[in-house]
Amino acid sequence: MAEIVIKGVAKTFGAFTALHSVDLTVADREFVVLLGASGCGKTTLLRIIAGLESASGGEVWIGGRRVDHLPPRQRGIAMVFQNYAVFPHLTVFENIAFGLRMQNLPMAEITRRVERTAELMHIEQLLKRYSGQLSGGQRQRVAVARALAMEPSVILMDEPLSNLDALLRLEMRAELKGILAESQTTTIYVTHDQVEAMSLADRIAVMQGGHILQAAEPIEVYRNPAARFVGAFIGNPPMNFLPANRGAGGWEVAGLPVLGPESGEALEFAVRPEDLRPAAKGLPAHVKIVEPLGPHLLVTCDVAGHGFRAILESDTSVRTGDLLHLAPLEGRARWFDLATGHSVPV
Amino acid sequence: MSDNATFRRRGRWLTGGSVLLLCAWVLGPIYLLFLNSFSSPSAVTGFPKHWLPSFNLDSLQFFIEFQGVASALWNSIQVATLTMVLSIVLGAPAGYALSRFEFRGKSLFRIMVLMTRAFPLPLLALPLAVMYIRVGLDDTPLGLALVHTTLALPFAVLITFSLFSGIPVELEEAAWTMGCTRAQAFRKVVLPLVMPGITASAIFAFVISWNEVFAASVLTVQHRTLTAFLLTSLDVSPLPLKFAGGFVLVLPALIFIFLVRKYLFAMWGIANR
Amino acid sequence: MPSRGLPYLLLLPATVFLAVFFLYPFTQIAWEAFSGPGGVTLSHFATMVNYWKFPAALENTLLLAVAVVPLQTAMALAMAVLVSKLEKGRDLILYIFTIPLGISDLAAGLIWFAIFQQTGFLNSALHALGVVHTPVIWLGYQSKWVIFLAVMLAEIWRATAIMLVIIVAGMGLIPKEYGEAAEVFGAGPWQRFRRVTLPLLRPSLQTALILRTILAFEVFAEVAALGGTNLPVLMGETFHWQFDLQDGHTAAAFAIVILAISIGFTLLYLRLLRVPKGAGI
Repeated sequence: MAEIVIKGVAKTFGAFTALHSVDLTVADREFVVLLGASGCGKTTLLRIIAGLESASGGEVWIGGRRVDHLPPRQRGIAMVFQNYAVFPHLTVFENIAFGLRMQNLPMAEITRRVERTAELMHIEQLLKRYSGQLSGGQRQRVAVARALAMEPSVILMDEPLSNLDALLRLEMRAELKGILAESQTTTIYVTHDQVEAMSLADRIAVMQGGHILQAAEPIEVYRNPAARFVGAFIGNPPMNFLPANRGAGGWEVAGLPVLGPESGEALEFAVRPEDLRPAAKGLPAHVKIVEPLGPHLLVTCDVAGHGFRAILESDTSVRTGDLLHLAPLEGRARWFDLATGHSVPV
Repeated sequence: MSDNATFRRRGRWLTGGSVLLLCAWVLGPIYLLFLNSFSSPSAVTGFPKHWLPSFNLDSLQFFIEFQGVASALWNSIQVATLTMVLSIVLGAPAGYALSRFEFRGKSLFRIMVLMTRAFPLPLLALPLAVMYIRVGLDDTPLGLALVHTTLALPFAVLITFSLFSGIPVELEEAAWTMGCTRAQAFRKVVLPLVMPGITASAIFAFVISWNEVFAASVLTVQHRTLTAFLLTSLDVSPLPLKFAGGFVLVLPALIFIFLVRKYLFAMWGIANR
Repeated sequence: MPSRGLPYLLLLPATVFLAVFFLYPFTQIAWEAFSGPGGVTLSHFATMVNYWKFPAALENTLLLAVAVVPLQTAMALAMAVLVSKLEKGRDLILYIFTIPLGISDLAAGLIWFAIFQQTGFLNSALHALGVVHTPVIWLGYQSKWVIFLAVMLAEIWRATAIMLVIIVAGMGLIPKEYGEAAEVFGAGPWQRFRRVTLPLLRPSLQTALILRTILAFEVFAEVAALGGTNLPVLMGETFHWQFDLQDGHTAAAFAIVILAISIGFTLLYLRLLRVPKGAGI
């Protein structure tokens, strides 16, 4: 049982605040992804959980035990590093066995576990090699095998796939998902890649500027972003935003009356490009660029002087210069407070 | 196009010729020393010289058996070994600290280390000669080794700094997460990886001490090192003694430079910073 | 893993050592040089300046440095460029070029003494060519300039390697793309060297020059081996006063002069070859 509880963890480097009092609870066996752009504090948070960095304040609990004053070796964790950190002077076998030897396990047990995890990661034929004789993908496998072999209560992963090329990343992503699901280990996984986060996570915690903006299931984060930043960061192409004015009869967007929230002073209207359809009473959109992407059509338009993208059926006939009228699908428009960036319910 | 080809070929000849000439410039004088050392004493003092060695070992034998040479050799080895050990034991921890930590006073320490390069260090021997008499270190291998360590220590610090910087911190961190204490991670992961480089910088420290003349001549009286012995007997020693002595001085240095050649450039590349 | 005290603990031995064996002795040199029976005095400097060999020693030391260092810099640069042009045998050539790095100044002096001494290889070669019939005395007391030349050759032969190593290492830090970019923009080999390599090499050049110039002011053993006392230099006179005349005060005054010249030149190089902030590689 290894629930991770983070209470009010903060970190400052001199005058720079990397983390502002972060709270997060990761359930036992849950797979949580920390997602954010570089410099958002996600790696710092992971390193504080690992014990590689000390927090300026707050508490870290793993499996019901407060660990923030313990060195990494006493926290019951295993970690996979971005650059793999496979020991160059040891064979693959010895790399995987390293942590087990530190626990003084009997040789037979060490061999059994090394062979089992090597088989799991499909590197059993590489056990005698050194890191210099391995490809990036193989090193990656060794790094994961090394963590799994320790049978830790928590696995921490710091951008483990970011150094692989695109195709390999896709393959490893699926494989990792299967293996980690089977191992049923609590996992915290740091990445800046939203697709990776969506595909792997039970829950995504989106971070920005040292805050966790939203921690929820992937589809919830995608459909109902809690903050403007989340909507803008997740989704490719990103969400469209248009300023809304409170007119006589309600909210107006690009001169068009739109049904919006009751409350709020200054709001932004937002909609994902794929949630738009041509409609008689839609937002007037002047088509600037049309990109046929195969499965669909990406149309970049101008709506009342703002850039605006829509993804349309690939057989829609649109040309540059056309005037489209685009309306959001039922229930897909979102509203954000212009001042705070928080989402405003309708 | 063909003009370009001739131009390039001519350039290659020019490069090759210059390289050969420079090799001759470097190796020629060493060959002449070698020639003198492997000729009989009478040939060394005779005229004109032969240009091929007779492989006569009398000069070298004369040198080795000469009063005071054996002990001078032994003293040189002692001092150089002490220097080697001292500069690594003192320098490597500092190099590690510089490569791994950010802390107040770091730049101050770096400035102190770099400052040593702007000073003619052998001059340290003058005040130390006085100090040593007070504490009983005068005319001892350790006393001289301490001065030589001021010469070698800055290099040891900068070289080990570059060696440790070349080992990704993640390797240590990975070891920590796999159950190691700081000390265990250092011993099991960092040390095996830096050992060849540390050895090279130790050898470099040995050569610095082995070759040093001024401080050695000021600080030793009875227990002269080879360089001090050769320097102070320049006026009185016969030619074969001088040349055989020079040869014995050069030989280990040649071997050592050969051993550390791989690290020479990496070491200096970082020492620039 | 947090560890606030560890770096200081690790630096402690080296710091204590340098304080005791580097900083403290230098205050002692100054103390020796300026102290007399009646307190602070310049009498030791007066003794030094009035010593008949002092002007010659100062002049010779400075002249040697001025004659040797620029030549060595040019040679080291040329050697570094040559080596970078080699397609094969680079490692071997570099090893050969750096051999003198391991050779002490005394050994270098002895090596060149073997060439210049009366029955040496220079006379033998001249004899074989029929230029001379009886050996010429090259290193006698009347031929100060031949001794000077011999010391120069020995210094250039021995100590160019140290500059070469620093410069080769520095060139290794310059990405190839810069030269290639300059070539695309139409720069010839000389212009590439002059306008790209040399400016980017400034930090290495600075280190090499500082190190080499300071070592040049310490010239001692080569002079002793080649000229005996016929070519006085500062370091040699320091040794003479300390060792033969047992006058530590005047020796310290000599040391202060060497120190002052060294620091002066270091500051000069730091100023002349400084790299503007942000203009480094």
